[in-house]
Amino acid sequence: MLRLHPFRYHRPDTIEEAASLLAEFGADAMPIAGGTDLMPNMKHRLFTPAHVVSLNGIDAMRGIGFNAAGDRLRIGALEKLADVASHPVVRRHCPGLAEAAGLVAGPQLRNMGTIGGNVCLDTRCTYYNQTEFWRAALGYCLKKDGTVCHVTRVGRKCVAAHSADTPPNLIALGASLSLTGPGGTREIDAGDFFVTDGILNTRRAPDEIVTEVVIPITNGRHRSSYMKLRQRNSIDFPLLSVAIAGEFEDDGTVAGLTGVVSALGARPRVLAGWTEIAAGKRLGSRVIEALAERAWSQCRPLENIIVDAEWRRAMVPVFVKRALEGLDGK
Amino acid sequence: MSSRRESTQHSIGDPQRNGSRDGESGLSTIGRPMRKVDGLAKSTGRARYTDDIRFPGMLHGKILRSPHPHARIVAIDTSRAEALEGVHAAVTGRDMPVTYGIIPWTPDEYPLCVDRVRYVGDGVAAVAAVDEDTAIAALDLIDVTYEELPAYLDPHEAIAADSGPYIHEPRKPGWNGNITKTVKLEFGDVDAGLEDAHIMVEGDYFFEGTTHTPIEPHCAIGLAEGNGRLTVWSATQVPHYLHRELARVLDVDPASVRVIQPPVGGAFGGKSEPFDLEFCVARLSMMTGRPVKILYTREEVFYSHRGRHPFHMRYRTGADREGMLTAVDSEIVMDGGAYASFGLVTTYYSGQLLTAPYQMPAYRFNSTRAYTNKPACGPKRGHGSVQPRFAFEVQLDRIAEKLSIDPIELRRRNFIGADTRTVNDLRVTSNGFLECLDEVERASGWKHKHRRLPFGRGVGVAGSTYITGTNYPVYPNDMPQSGIQLQVDRSGRVAVFSGASEIGQGVDSMVAYIVAEELGVPLAHVRVLAGDTDFTPVDLGAYSSRVTFMLGNACIDAARKLKAQVQEAVAAEWGARPGEVLLAGGLAVRAGDTATSMPLRVAFNLAEAMYGTLGSTGSYNTPKDVHGTYRGATIGASPAYSFTAHVAEVEVDVETGFVTVEKIWIAHDCGRALNPVLVAGQMEGSAYMGFAEALMEEQIFKTADQGRAGLHNAPSLLDYRIPTSLDTPALESLIVESIDPEGPYGAKEAGEGPLHPSIPAIANAIHDAVGVRMDSLPFSPPRVWRALRAVEDGRGDRVAGLRAAGVGGAT
Repeated sequence: MLRLHPFRYHRPDTIEEAASLLAEFGADAMPIAGGTDLMPNMKHRLFTPAHVVSLNGIDAMRGIGFNAAGDRLRIGALEKLADVASHPVVRRHCPGLAEAAGLVAGPQLRNMGTIGGNVCLDTRCTYYNQTEFWRAALGYCLKKDGTVCHVTRVGRKCVAAHSADTPPNLIALGASLSLTGPGGTREIDAGDFFVTDGILNTRRAPDEIVTEVVIPITNGRHRSSYMKLRQRNSIDFPLLSVAIAGEFEDDGTVAGLTGVVSALGARPRVLAGWTEIAAGKRLGSRVIEALAERAWSQCRPLENIIVDAEWRRAMVPVFVKRALEGLDGK
Repeated sequence: MSSRRESTQHSIGDPQRNGSRDGESGLSTIGRPMRKVDGLAKSTGRARYTDDIRFPGMLHGKILRSPHPHARIVAIDTSRAEALEGVHAAVTGRDMPVTYGIIPWTPDEYPLCVDRVRYVGDGVAAVAAVDEDTAIAALDLIDVTYEELPAYLDPHEAIAADSGPYIHEPRKPGWNGNITKTVKLEFGDVDAGLEDAHIMVEGDYFFEGTTHTPIEPHCAIGLAEGNGRLTVWSATQVPHYLHRELARVLDVDPASVRVIQPPVGGAFGGKSEPFDLEFCVARLSMMTGRPVKILYTREEVFYSHRGRHPFHMRYRTGADREGMLTAVDSEIVMDGGAYASFGLVTTYYSGQLLTAPYQMPAYRFNSTRAYTNKPACGPKRGHGSVQPRFAFEVQLDRIAEKLSIDPIELRRRNFIGADTRTVNDLRVTSNGFLECLDEVERASGWKHKHRRLPFGRGVGVAGSTYITGTNYPVYPNDMPQSGIQLQVDRSGRVAVFSGASEIGQGVDSMVAYIVAEELGVPLAHVRVLAGDTDFTPVDLGAYSSRVTFMLGNACIDAARKLKAQVQEAVAAEWGARPGEVLLAGGLAVRAGDTATSMPLRVAFNLAEAMYGTLGSTGSYNTPKDVHGTYRGATIGASPAYSFTAHVAEVEVDVETGFVTVEKIWIAHDCGRALNPVLVAGQMEGSAYMGFAEALMEEQIFKTADQGRAGLHNAPSLLDYRIPTSLDTPALESLIVESIDPEGPYGAKEAGEGPLHPSIPAIANAIHDAVGVRMDSLPFSPPRVWRALRAVEDGRGDRVAGLRAAGVGGAT
């Protein structure tokens, strides 16, 4: 079978201990929570840290609940995706996020995988998520051990795809992430967390830990939805994902509307120009068509996933439309 | 997106039987739903598969594989690997320089490559070390110098090559070494048949390659003992052929070689010939004196492959005004991969197995199998005939459409009948195909659905036939194809020594049911010891759907010999005639006087006292007059043929191209269902596997432009997609029993035939739903979407028409 490389396993009890272990071992250490991304990646020799720091003993990183003011929903980074998907508060206030968490991989993986891990999921590419033998036969790639991007064949930029289900929703919801490192704790908007570099697509420093996800909750009429394109009804990573969150006036007109599309490039894309199309209007079929058209013009999938890129692009307006229609009744 | 299903329905209809009814069969065990004898052990995790076996001092082996699709091996140096602490031995191709091949006429593989690698993943060297990690580290220390050669990925280019280096040395000077086999056969006057036809339908079809994806990866353990004996445990479905090849290639006396086949976790044809790991564990154990185990990674399973060949097919089919076939003509190019495997047979099967269940006055096929620098293709469930069946059944649907004849009616009209010969002179005996058509038509509500469902939803039908074993073994001999031995204990227990391979299909259970039926013993008193070449008679293996028919008949033969002895002994005790002694329900009972009885244990003891130690053997061999006399006539000949019909109902999302198969009705003529639960299981599994190939599966490879020619696109179960339970349609099994005159209690095969119609039935249903013909597999969302766009943009047929008419809600 594919084997893990030898490493030392640490299991600290506090965030501070974990951060200091990560700082102490530097590039030789990686954090692990559910392990559903890291374990196969280690078996593929994409990562070979000498020290693996488990976060699973840190109780402070668990829990789902409101802050005292009741305007921020806090989800501990260690919360399992299955728990996020089924939590009544998440389902009521952030249905799109609950839907997304429930569509990650399959049931066993959702019982292990955490929301913090999903936020930090490594980018994926057909030339990268392969065994050491396979990648050696290929001659490796820009993201790992090589010098060539086999997707673009030109350029020096890795285009591995952001493939996590929950971040597009967190971005659409205006969520922020808490990160703790040796220098202390900082908050960063989920929308600013990701960068367009497929090699390393987040602003998390190697010795920082995502400890919690914080979602602002307003009392207005808020709705959100999520659509995931994949060939099977379970297991698969998205070929395209669409997360939408909207604030509505009492008369049903749009106060604000955010659409995020992902699984195309290294970073989830916040669709531009949506508010000007929809603000002050109801989401009727003409507005939805215009939003879908606007989304299509901004999305250009690449062959980083082994499925027909032209079809994936054509699915952008279809899935945007369906996600917008899905806002009803949520 | 396809809709989520809360649960998958399974149901089995009551068997539809020709002739005798249940009560008239006089059978007590056969025909009843029963557990598998190994079911509980497997479902509770107690079954010990090959990888569960461990020995003290056992070493772990690993095989170094080629990163090149085609290259000469200039040099191999294993000295650095052998020097690594914990490494006990290394082997290369030069240590086993003997070619082998499952078909004796095409031996073209070495256990490890000697001077040439032919695909990315071809084995070049192996090591045995104290543990797997050390073995993996040792592979990095083996130095191989390659000289790259041009690679062929496309079978047409391989066939067009006019000079070397070919993938294999030409068998004769001037031949093309990229061709495994060409078969051209013609029966009747095809050109005249096509010319006289009222309509002629012509089409090009492509069937993408698919692989078996058994859950258990291949695994083998070799144990060479000091006494000269060699034992190999292997997850194989052909222990007998492995036994022969191990002895031949390793140059040891076959009498000192023992092959043991532990429970196998799925095979589907992917374990039906020897593989590199079996030779390597044997050789490494002979070198080290230690047991050596090799377990493939999932990636290696994809490289070892032997799955379904990609077929490029052209069909011309002629029919008269009434839809009666006048002639069928085909040209097929098969992409064989790097080695022959069963390819010679596959090439024949691509044409030979199409000639039923429909009458064809004239038929011609011209099939060529090319070598390419990719993992070797071989037999996968429905070997060689699933691909042509897809093309041909779509052709029939097109004829029905053009002639405005209901597709089921068209198939009825062309029915070949029972007790007849096909155009290529294969003998057909029992044939329940019409009942299969009736069943799927009735159960699916066909008459209310075909051409009557709203746009986006449709039904399709297809039929097929398949062999119940091959008339001739892969190596010529006159001995039985199947043998069995029974032995009776003084406790009343019956032991069955069976050489057949239990691969999940239920063969161990099948022989237990037969013994219980014939001797009247409770099932719990039957023990089956199987798959050990030291102790079990030869059975040729679990392939070509041969085992129930052949081993079942052998088992009846053995059991009836034993039964006769028991009847004699009991009759003597009672002063009765042997025919008056009935064995049933754990008792010997006197016919007409049920008050006179004794426990079977006592009856067995009486027989042992009369005849000595009680046991018997039984065997089966095929009839030899069931085929024609032309060259190749024996290939495709079978003692009996199964027949199947499917109706599939689909929903097509025209915006996305997603096809949801809502339900498949599967009617299958298995002769007699020895255990209807197992038959239905095979029917469901087959239909599922065909459905998977129809919608998802693709064994495809990167091109040079994509970084490395011949590199497998996605050798993992994440990216090589097979359907999950959420994707699987509802399946309804409709068992048809034609009671075959030569089958055990009338049984025929059920393990492979029911796969065939899935794919064309789905293709035909897609056409009924949205008016596009899917002629290339798989019918994945992008392909269906493109086909729909092409119709919209161009020829404007049913999609545009129905859309204009406002039919259907999917748009």
